[in-house]
Amino acid sequence: MGNHSDGGPNDSGTVATAGQNEVEKFQDPGIPPHRLRLADTDPKAAKKAERQVALLFGISVVGTLIFLVAYFAIDLGQDSAIATIRLQNALLGIGTAFAMLGIGTGIVHWAKALMPDHEVSEERHAIRTEEDRQAAVRIVDDIVEETGIKRRPLIRNTLLGAVALAPLPALAIFGDLGPRPDDKLAHTLWAPAPDGRLKRLARDPDGTPIKAADVTMGSAFHVIPEGLNELSEGKLNEKAKSVVLLMRLDPALLNPSPERADWAYNGIVAYSKICTHVGCPVALYEQQTHHLLCPCHQSTFDLTQQCKVIFGPASRPLPQLPIAVDAEGYLVATSDFHEPVGPTYWEREQHVLNNNA
Amino acid sequence: MSSTTTPDAPVFVAKTTGGRITDFVDQRVGGSGILREFGRKVFPDHWSFMFGEVALYSFVILLLSGTFLTFFFDPSMAETHYAGSYTPLKNVEMSVAYSSSLNISFDVRGGLFMRQVHHWAALLFVASVSVHMLRVFFTGAFRKPRELNWVVGSVLLILSMAAGFTGYSLPDDLLSGNGLRIIDGVIKSIPVIGTYTSFFLFGGEFPGTMIISRLYMLHILLVPALILLMIVMHLFMVVVHKHTQYPGPGRNDGNVVGYPLGPVYAAKAGGFFFIVFGVVAIMAAFFTINPIWNYGPYDPSPVSAGTQPDWYIGFVDGALRLMPGTIGDWKVEQIWFGHMFTFNVLLPALVPAGILFTVMFAYPWIERWITKDNREHHVLDRPRNAPTRTAIGMAGFVWYCVMWAAAGSDLIATHFHVALNDVTYWLRALFFIGPVIAFIVTKRVALALQRKDREIALHGRETGRIVRLPHGEFIEVHAPLDEYKRYKLVGFESPAPLPAVPNEHGVVDRKEKRRAKLSRWFFEDRVAPATPAELEAAHGHHGAHEAIETAESKSLSH
Repeated sequence: MGNHSDGGPNDSGTVATAGQNEVEKFQDPGIPPHRLRLADTDPKAAKKAERQVALLFGISVVGTLIFLVAYFAIDLGQDSAIATIRLQNALLGIGTAFAMLGIGTGIVHWAKALMPDHEVSEERHAIRTEEDRQAAVRIVDDIVEETGIKRRPLIRNTLLGAVALAPLPALAIFGDLGPRPDDKLAHTLWAPAPDGRLKRLARDPDGTPIKAADVTMGSAFHVIPEGLNELSEGKLNEKAKSVVLLMRLDPALLNPSPERADWAYNGIVAYSKICTHVGCPVALYEQQTHHLLCPCHQSTFDLTQQCKVIFGPASRPLPQLPIAVDAEGYLVATSDFHEPVGPTYWEREQHVLNNNA
Repeated sequence: MSSTTTPDAPVFVAKTTGGRITDFVDQRVGGSGILREFGRKVFPDHWSFMFGEVALYSFVILLLSGTFLTFFFDPSMAETHYAGSYTPLKNVEMSVAYSSSLNISFDVRGGLFMRQVHHWAALLFVASVSVHMLRVFFTGAFRKPRELNWVVGSVLLILSMAAGFTGYSLPDDLLSGNGLRIIDGVIKSIPVIGTYTSFFLFGGEFPGTMIISRLYMLHILLVPALILLMIVMHLFMVVVHKHTQYPGPGRNDGNVVGYPLGPVYAAKAGGFFFIVFGVVAIMAAFFTINPIWNYGPYDPSPVSAGTQPDWYIGFVDGALRLMPGTIGDWKVEQIWFGHMFTFNVLLPALVPAGILFTVMFAYPWIERWITKDNREHHVLDRPRNAPTRTAIGMAGFVWYCVMWAAAGSDLIATHFHVALNDVTYWLRALFFIGPVIAFIVTKRVALALQRKDREIALHGRETGRIVRLPHGEFIEVHAPLDEYKRYKLVGFESPAPLPAVPNEHGVVDRKEKRRAKLSRWFFEDRVAPATPAELEAAHGHHGAHEAIETAESKSLSH
């Protein structure tokens, strides 16, 4: 049955079992004899099973009623308490569960206990006859032959070319799904205003500016640029690039490189909060070890080494925001980040060079 | 037709109401042929065949609950101020999508229940598809003629993950927003087109104002339509092939042994739908899933510790965590020709998943090439009787599980009070040696189980009854098996390695040599099924266990 290919000239399927056919095998004894269930022989047992099935269906009815009562009796008015919602959710669930499980277990019990449980054997027919199989191959050959595609390569090649180019308009359409990236990723709100005014560091989320005097030793602030909350549109886009962590350490611990000597103020440093791995907020500051930890993939950055990666999947240090103090004592960013923040992208290196040019 | 209307011809009249209705429908639309073919079609029965059913039923539940949710959900990312009944978020600025998700949870009657049903059913859907695929793999059900159905099933697995992920992001809460942030980071790491792809997907810079409505369209139209199409193809092929069956007495490649579709099988399968629904309802009633109100609206600044993706995305997230970004002072991310090659993201995001899915799709053809087995198989393999395949499957499974566990590395660290870094180091090691250990152990266990089967087939089962013989020897009495139970243990094929054979030019080419090598690797360790002659020998040798040992050492080469 179904082994049409067995013994074919190119078929070695038989080889795999050749070793076995030589050895005598156990004969298939056939389907084991049918064993009657209690309910098949004892009318009392059958009656009992019948009652059980009916009981299960009855439970389903009760479940439906529970659902309806819970749905109509508990009214979700304005300001309904969480406890009420929880109660209603639980009762709707219990009601549905009883309604469904009652029907389901009832039917299965019915099938198992009372319907015939004789296993039967059915012949497995071949998917197709040998004749059909050969005819199908012949038909396909004839069709291909009648198109003449093999004899007329000019037609074939021009068709292939046309089909290959036809999807191009779709690609063009996809191109309008969004604007071109250009250098949008390279700039943030931290760049000084056109009139040269430096942006103040403000608290996230309320946007109040931070005085250097407020930043005590060991403290950390979640920071946004001033003016972010007043944006009428694109607020989240800008926020996704410009959030910053502000921390104050003992200045002796900082070890800044020469070109970053004036990027900190009195031990206060600001680093981009967007992980250089895939962009999660690096929200955990370990005050004792001066490590910043990204909770998504555990990249760890060392504040005492200019946020160098000391563990995890990130490859690059967090970008540092150069800060100073203005005349009123507020912290300000002296310039934008000197490199794009967040995850690496293909054109990043060019943007780094442009920003520093 | 005319002959049936002549008055003399005996006219068939159905006697029962059910019969009359059947006849009424049949005379108008036909279908008696189909009913005749399928009404009593035999289906084999086994608990492991239920996983596919669970998948199908949870998809139906997803369609039902999902339709309810679409009536109330608004996928807009426009800004609004929350005015619903959940007090802690009152007046908080958020997207309309998040606000309408909160309204579904707190202000639509039964809305929270439907959300929970939908989310639990989605998790169950991907889980049951996965377990179903494991069942199909380990029992060899993917072999001829079912290779294409295995491919359709693999596509369904990918689609189920796509459906889950697109849906997961819709509420626009903090947790799913961070998930999208990670996706954005991964997309940006793609060479050449990454930045553009990200801008096109999000309609500009992340997060933009387009992504939720775009994902919504994919989630409620494109992906479910594809899933439905694939399910139709999948079930159509099941009907064409008929179901596989487990080996046992009376079962062979030429028959199907089981219960007729109507009534027993239909009742069991139909009843099972309600059971799946009931279980999902219990989960939705008692176990909170995705409490979006605790997370708050998406904001690029905060993130909560211990964030976890839905389970089926875990293996990719875990791979991202395992990859070191720097090795010593050497950066894995490279700048070549003035462009960024973000290998620390690209490799873990694409390579493991790529290998898993490629091997999965290709496996039926790989095994067919190695074994040269071109026969149709309708009787399943017990996993122990295909030790190398089972070992390959377990190696892949363990590999997947290591990555999956890595997605919870922070939770492992906090729960078991171990250092987070150590958990990562161990998992990095397991990423490489775990599959190897799994392969070796699984293969040995499978062979040991085969030996155990042989022993039971030849010597019977242990009764636990100790008898003292007249000359003082103690023996345990073994009860011989009946022939049906024995056949289950001996009725299987144990292919031997297939040496290289010359092609039509009489040459053994290099590819064939490679195949022969793989064939030896596949089949050199094998336990042949017991034969009647061996049983005879074992019985002639009362209480002696040596006979089996010698028989075995012949067939088992080390």
